[in-house]
Amino acid sequence: MVPVGRGMPFIPSVLAVVGAGAARMSRDTPWCLEAFYLIPPGTHANEGIQVGRGKSKEAEIKRINKELANIRSKFKGDRALDGYSKKKYVCKLLFIFLLGHDIDFGHMEAVNLLSSNRYTEKQIGYLFISVLVNSNSELIRLINNAIKNDLASRNPTFMGLALHCIANVGSREMAEAFAGEIPRILVAGDTMDSVKQSAALCLLRLYRTSPDLVPMGDWTSRVVHLLNDQHLGVVTAATSLITTLAQKNPEEFKTSVSLAVSRLSRIVTSASTDLQDYTYYFVPAPWLSVKLLRLLQCYPPPDPAVRGRLTECLEAILNKAQEPPKSKKVQHSNAKNAVLFEAISLVIHHDSEPNLLVRACNQLGQFLQHRETNLRYLALESMCTLASSEFSHEAVKTHIETVINAPQTERDVSVRQRAVDLLYAMCDRSNAQQIVAEMLSYLETADYSIREEIVLKVAILAEKYAVDYTWYVDTILNLIRIAGDYVSEEVWYRVIQIVINRDDVQGYAAKTVFEALQASACHENLVKVGGYILGEFGNLIAGDPRSSPLTQFHLLHSKFHLCSVPTRALLLSTYIKFVNLFPEVKGTIQDVLRSDSQLKNADVELQQRAVEYLRLSTVASTDILATVLEEMPPFPERESSILAKLKKKKGPSTVTDLEEAKRERSADVNGGPEPAPASTSAVSTPSPSADLLGLGAAPPAPAGPPPSSGGLLVDVFSDSPSAAAPLAPGSEDNFARFVCKNNGVLFENQLLQIGLKSEFRQNLGRMFIFYGNKTSTQFLNFTPTLICSDDLQANLSLQTKPVDPAVDGGAQVQQAVNIECVSDFTEAPVLNIQFRYGGTFQNVSVKLPITLNKFFQPTEMASQDFFQRWKQLSNPQQEVQSIFKAKHPMDTEVTKAKIIGFGSALLEEVDPNPANFVGAGIIHTRTAQIGCLLRLEPNLQAQMYRLTLRTSRETVSQRLCELLSEQF
Amino acid sequence: MIRFILIQNRAGKTRLAKWYMQFDDDEKQKLIEEVHAVVTVRDAKHTNFVEFRNFKIIYRRYAGLYFCICVDVNDNNLAYLEAIHNFVEVLNEYFHNVCELDLVFNFYKVKENTSSGQTGQSHVFAVP
Repeated sequence: MVPVGRGMPFIPSVLAVVGAGAARMSRDTPWCLEAFYLIPPGTHANEGIQVGRGKSKEAEIKRINKELANIRSKFKGDRALDGYSKKKYVCKLLFIFLLGHDIDFGHMEAVNLLSSNRYTEKQIGYLFISVLVNSNSELIRLINNAIKNDLASRNPTFMGLALHCIANVGSREMAEAFAGEIPRILVAGDTMDSVKQSAALCLLRLYRTSPDLVPMGDWTSRVVHLLNDQHLGVVTAATSLITTLAQKNPEEFKTSVSLAVSRLSRIVTSASTDLQDYTYYFVPAPWLSVKLLRLLQCYPPPDPAVRGRLTECLEAILNKAQEPPKSKKVQHSNAKNAVLFEAISLVIHHDSEPNLLVRACNQLGQFLQHRETNLRYLALESMCTLASSEFSHEAVKTHIETVINAPQTERDVSVRQRAVDLLYAMCDRSNAQQIVAEMLSYLETADYSIREEIVLKVAILAEKYAVDYTWYVDTILNLIRIAGDYVSEEVWYRVIQIVINRDDVQGYAAKTVFEALQASACHENLVKVGGYILGEFGNLIAGDPRSSPLTQFHLLHSKFHLCSVPTRALLLSTYIKFVNLFPEVKGTIQDVLRSDSQLKNADVELQQRAVEYLRLSTVASTDILATVLEEMPPFPERESSILAKLKKKKGPSTVTDLEEAKRERSADVNGGPEPAPASTSAVSTPSPSADLLGLGAAPPAPAGPPPSSGGLLVDVFSDSPSAAAPLAPGSEDNFARFVCKNNGVLFENQLLQIGLKSEFRQNLGRMFIFYGNKTSTQFLNFTPTLICSDDLQANLSLQTKPVDPAVDGGAQVQQAVNIECVSDFTEAPVLNIQFRYGGTFQNVSVKLPITLNKFFQPTEMASQDFFQRWKQLSNPQQEVQSIFKAKHPMDTEVTKAKIIGFGSALLEEVDPNPANFVGAGIIHTRTAQIGCLLRLEPNLQAQMYRLTLRTSRETVSQRLCELLSEQF
Repeated sequence: MIRFILIQNRAGKTRLAKWYMQFDDDEKQKLIEEVHAVVTVRDAKHTNFVEFRNFKIIYRRYAGLYFCICVDVNDNNLAYLEAIHNFVEVLNEYFHNVCELDLVFNFYKVKENTSSGQTGQSHVFAVP
């Protein structure tokens, strides 16, 4: 904790300046003053030591070294220093440290100051300690002792200093030493208000750094009652503490809801002068109100009696917003509106009072035209969330004209961005065309920083609300024309998918891209879309002499040389498609393919395509050509990844939840044009690759397609599961524990427990997953999903049935998964669970421990056999070895149990060295059986292991070695 | 919650820094420079809020000094904006017409004022 920029001298060449005529804030401060002094605080200026007249860095250092030498001699001197001098010198050291110089002495003197009985001396001591003492210092015992004494002193000022020091250091060691003591001080009946306040904040700080060290206990219920305290400072500090604690332990602090409501109600109904010190510019206790409203947002709407009172409070806050201001000062309006915005957040959080939602929306509507930029910004931001509520969506829409103007008129880019966000949020079928048109026109002048996001949003809206697909195609082509550089691959992949899947738009699309390509300069993305679409559907417009096959070809080929390699590769595929569609241009195309620039191209991908396509066009009969180059089959429905990308861009915390909430509530309103088939197991997503033919088994990487990862590219408009949450913390550890065992608890948090029971035989297995609802509230829309990557899906087959979407409080449901190992695999499937608890959406992901070793069958063999086979597997690829440090105590029996749990047989008396362990077994897959031998050599002295695996397949050796080496 | 508090002058010199998250010294220096860069380019017509990494900065300018508080994105903007003003009023009261130099020379007093400011500790900052 350094109060002033450490390492950055904050006065260039001056140590300190004696106050004479110090510049006030109204004018710029001249820093190069003539005379400088070092003034120890609490002393008079004339006691300050004049340090000279040098202005250079060197002079400063010289002066400081002199001063340091002086202080050192004082500290080392024979004469004991009195408290005052000690304080003076410790403070000087601190000042020097803050100037950016290292200090390596004085700690002991500072610690001595802690036991002084004078406030000023103690204070400087604590200040020095919190800034300069690091946690592993040997002095920590002395310091802790001093703090303990002060905490026990019953002197409120000293207790306050001690608590501030604990909070400022806030280290784990501090938490270990004092986390038990502070709750006692906090709830003791005779503690002074100011100390309670500090204790609450201090505990909050410790809880944030080391939650595990702050034990919940009987003090928790007494802390809740601090909300009733007479001292508003105590209430405020307690509210901060309770809010943080309640987020992690909702059950324990449930009683805070009714207390918070009654406290809030007393504040809201109080006259503006009632609260004296806590009235800020005529607003009663604005910060406390905000904190109480935030605390209430940790919980679902309360039960009816309390709810009535809360609704009255919220109405009163909304009413006050309409009253004429009591002061013209901006502080008054800010404080008042801080409370108002927090109240609106709570209304949105509850999302159950249509009346309040609409009132909130009207209030925000007034702010949209307010002269304060801050208010316009916040109104746009809040309205964005209101738009997602079914109750207020229509009310938000009435402000469309104001919002549409905002991007053009606002001066602050962040306000413009909020306006675009809101346009996106308020969009539905009725206003989609207007909003998309506005966003497109804004895109032409938009800030570069937000263009990509606008492009994504336009693409999503255009697809989502396209009644007429010609409009959709026009919109996307416009997007590419206006902001081609910001159109990501997902966007143009998507337009191709849609055109291919809908035959009614194909002719129009071909005609439109053909026209768009006529422009003298067109964006490369347009060439890609054009190339792909003409290659598939060029025949639909070939009847028109203005777009004859040859014209189409020349048009595309005129762009060829300006394009990058992936685009050229795509165009070559278009050409071979043309050979099939239009036999009359075959000769021309063959000439192009045959030219040196293609056949001898330096890029292997292009060269290979040219060679193969040329050959294909010469040797294959028309029938074969027609089969090979057939029109692309429709893409699996609804595989959009654009929204996933948008979410990723905005970061998970803000947008995701909102989008999720929105989707969930307004599914029927916004239902995409094609409903998605709901599936329990996430299907891998074949991206529409730039490789039209999928012919080249040989080409290294097909141009374009991003690596598909099951979770991310899930469809976004339908009701099927949204992007899976990142793996839950601790998931890896839990996963490792299941490698050598089959049953146990896989995951647990405050709400949900997941247990596993599984059995495996040969290449088959069955796993029961038990989901336990630990709360007393029903989970809704409970959807567990198994997610496998493409690779994994090919090698591991999982089958399961969906579970009942409602899980009662305290109930447990089970789900059976049938497992078949098709071939050896390395990754593990991910189990993603999504459900609604209270008003909030929950999303949990854990790795499911289905690992290759589960398909082990143990094999017993004699020593001779073992070594014979061991030698047979001596090929370098077949052996994988790992040397690692023991993570657990090296116990022979435990190791044996683990090897047996791993699945192989444990072979006794095989290895000449009895300390070593050897094992053998066969991994069963549907396609093959793979014999495995393993040998584990412990080295007790070094606390290391050497693990060697030999199997007939390199990937198997590799994976088994990874899995097993994590176990010891 | 508050992630850090910075008081900087227009030239980017730090007058007070208080961290409520663990950062190492290099990271702190980087944050200080970044905050200076995003805040100083804004003018009076702009909002007092800036998105910053995964957080947001609420700031207010008093003469040549920028008071910046970095908080979580879902925190209440106006409440923190007024917390800044309240803090400045307390400083003003304490130092009788506060100026930048007061913060420099009386660092030990300023420190005292903020040490309890865990989460924008409401109204009255404890003035010794």
